[in-house]
Amino acid sequence: MSEAALQQAVSASKENEFLSFVLGEEHYALDITTVKEIRGYEQVTKIANAPSFIKGVINLRGDIVPIVDLRIKFNVGEATYNDFTIVIMLNVHDRIVGIVVDGVSDVIRLSEEDMLPPPEFGVAFDSKYLHGLADVEEHMVILVNIESLITSNELGLVETKTQVVEG
Amino acid sequence: MTIDVNQFHGVFFDESDEHLQDMEQLLMTLDVDAPDPEELNSIFRAAHSIKGGSGIFGFDALMNLTHVMENLLDKARNQEIQVTSDIVDIFLQTLDVLKDTLSAYKEQTELPQEQIDASIKVLEETLASASGQSVQEAQGSCEQHAEDEVNEIEGFGFFDEDESEAQAQSENSAGDIEGFGLFDDEATSSDAQADAETNRDTSKVDEGFGFFEPENLPVKTEVTQSAIPKQPIVKPVKTKPKAATKEAASIRVDTTKIDAMVNLVGELVITQSMLSNVGQEVEGQVGERLQLAIDELQRNTREIQESVMSMRMLPVNMTFNRFPRVVRDLSSKLGKKVDLVIQGGNTEIDKSLIEKLVDPLTHLVRNSIDHGIESPEKRLEAGKSENGTVILSAEQKGSSIIIGIIDDGAGLNKARILEKATQNGLAVTPDMPDSEIWQLIFQAGFSTAAEVTDVSGRGVGMDVVRRNIESIGGRIEIESSQGEGSAFYIHLPLTLAIVDGMCVSVGDQIFVIPLLNVIESFQPTASQVKTLGNDKVLWIRDQYWPLVSLTQLMQVDDGITEPTKGIVVLLESSKKRYGVLVDSLVGQQQVVIKSLEQHYKKVAGIAGATIMGDGKVAMILDADSVAANCTTIPNEEVSL
Repeated sequence: MSEAALQQAVSASKENEFLSFVLGEEHYALDITTVKEIRGYEQVTKIANAPSFIKGVINLRGDIVPIVDLRIKFNVGEATYNDFTIVIMLNVHDRIVGIVVDGVSDVIRLSEEDMLPPPEFGVAFDSKYLHGLADVEEHMVILVNIESLITSNELGLVETKTQVVEG
Repeated sequence: MTIDVNQFHGVFFDESDEHLQDMEQLLMTLDVDAPDPEELNSIFRAAHSIKGGSGIFGFDALMNLTHVMENLLDKARNQEIQVTSDIVDIFLQTLDVLKDTLSAYKEQTELPQEQIDASIKVLEETLASASGQSVQEAQGSCEQHAEDEVNEIEGFGFFDEDESEAQAQSENSAGDIEGFGLFDDEATSSDAQADAETNRDTSKVDEGFGFFEPENLPVKTEVTQSAIPKQPIVKPVKTKPKAATKEAASIRVDTTKIDAMVNLVGELVITQSMLSNVGQEVEGQVGERLQLAIDELQRNTREIQESVMSMRMLPVNMTFNRFPRVVRDLSSKLGKKVDLVIQGGNTEIDKSLIEKLVDPLTHLVRNSIDHGIESPEKRLEAGKSENGTVILSAEQKGSSIIIGIIDDGAGLNKARILEKATQNGLAVTPDMPDSEIWQLIFQAGFSTAAEVTDVSGRGVGMDVVRRNIESIGGRIEIESSQGEGSAFYIHLPLTLAIVDGMCVSVGDQIFVIPLLNVIESFQPTASQVKTLGNDKVLWIRDQYWPLVSLTQLMQVDDGITEPTKGIVVLLESSKKRYGVLVDSLVGQQQVVIKSLEQHYKKVAGIAGATIMGDGKVAMILDADSVAANCTTIPNEEVSL
């Protein structure tokens, strides 16, 4: 995957780096500049009256940070928690949010040309939360617009309606 | 460079604000019949500093006004003109204009030019009318010491020291000494004369310069003298030991830096307790040594935490100091005679609370004067002294601060409150306990139209007062008795960053209940638990208490729901008293409050979160919000 990424790096003029991860059987990727760190899943403190996909909060070096399980929210894969369960800590609009994923695969470079428009259906995520699709080493990678997802009312992580305009 | 200049502006604005406050305070306490020259000097110096700063930054309007004010003050402190209450009034009005002008410069809005001009005019007129008198007096003193000349020394202005000797000796070798001067402190001839006169016999006695004693040489060594700034002091002998330097004793620090430090120290405390948890597992000789080191670390971290927290603490006087002026203005406007007594002004309280206290306190004090204190005639009729008294008090009780606004006025009018409550459709009976009747005035929209004046209306905005107080984690209590006065007590937490908490366990989770709200905890017997429909209530202390199960409220998986198997903690919030059912008590400890909203959002029933010794997150219960919850959801999730 990295070789392909490198090749693309040479050919493309303007390109972005994405972190790809696995949810169930599907490959996803998100803009790497939003990633704060990657860590193992740890015990959370539950929050009363929160939807089931919000697992709770953890202490990230003094910050109380919510943990979201996208597998539950979008009904992909099985929401199991073991030593290999990974949490990607994201920093979106000065807010820190952790998302639970089945695994983190690689960092890929993609240019605008590599991105295909997202399908209207067939993906767990609503298309408004997607940048598009890309083919990386014969895998289809779904590029998630993580900013709009995290700030969406659907996840309900943010109190005010600061939904980001997609694009 | 623009940024740099703006930074200096910020410092100037801050300092000028302080100077204005100081001036106002000094003017308020100034005894018109026998003005303390020392105080007049301080007022003069404050005006002078503002003038200097505004000159540097090109705030001309500010400079012109302070310049005229300074001239008048100069005459006053040299006793060339007699300070009257009229002049004090003029000064106070000028201060108001100065404040407006300063904030206009700060906000970069239009200057109140008309007011400035008017003020300058008034000041100049006062100056002119008083000058005839001043010439005479000045002559009187000049006759004796005609040889004296103006002795103007410009120094660094960092040290406020009394240099009577310099002045006393200056009579023979008066000169104009130019210093390095960022600030100039002017000693005028009449000062020097007054000093010389009073010290004629004693001036040969050593008058030290404090820190610079070895350099205390005769005035001939002009360079030495000029390097040490001087302040004209009228009573040098008395004030001589006051060599301590106020400026050097404090520095300005951005509060965000302190907040960051508070956070970091919080982290340190957590790391330290994690370390001591691990340390307990180490055995043998190494374990012992480790334990010793960890104990040391624990002591040190606690001390760091305390000192960092104390940085945020300020004396409550910062808020109280504005009230002499408020009381003075208001009482003269209303034709009432009111004495303000401030008690416990040195009590320290978190900085963020200080700022948020201003509005509710102002409201309450205005209320007390407007409605509490009667007119002088009525007071005499009622057999009271003509002057009403308003007491502003602050004291620390345990982990809370109690601020009292107490007046000896007419007290709350029970009949009228009840009447109004009935009009508003509230369920009230005349035989309600007084404390409940008084709480009625905090209802939104509870204003008795007959009482509304342009100053305040008891009941107008009282709901806002209570909301403000509650938003900073406090509550308000009222005591009142007809004809004798009323008292409002505001209970506040010491700080917003740390709360004394009772840790309780529910299932596998820990919750923290603020100790402020806890009345007691106990294991209920079967006979104390009554069932009311689907709800459970608790019979204790001769009354029924609603019972809230934390397991159900917080949706914990395997907590205890049977009251007799768990522990009940009785809570008191500003809204309600109720019991909370938990599994067991874990202990009592201070916890650092962390915001949930920063990365998530507000959660009903939760005031915030904290990090426990093992690094896990625990929720801090919000007693008010839980009370509100259990009234809105009576049956399903909460057993009431």
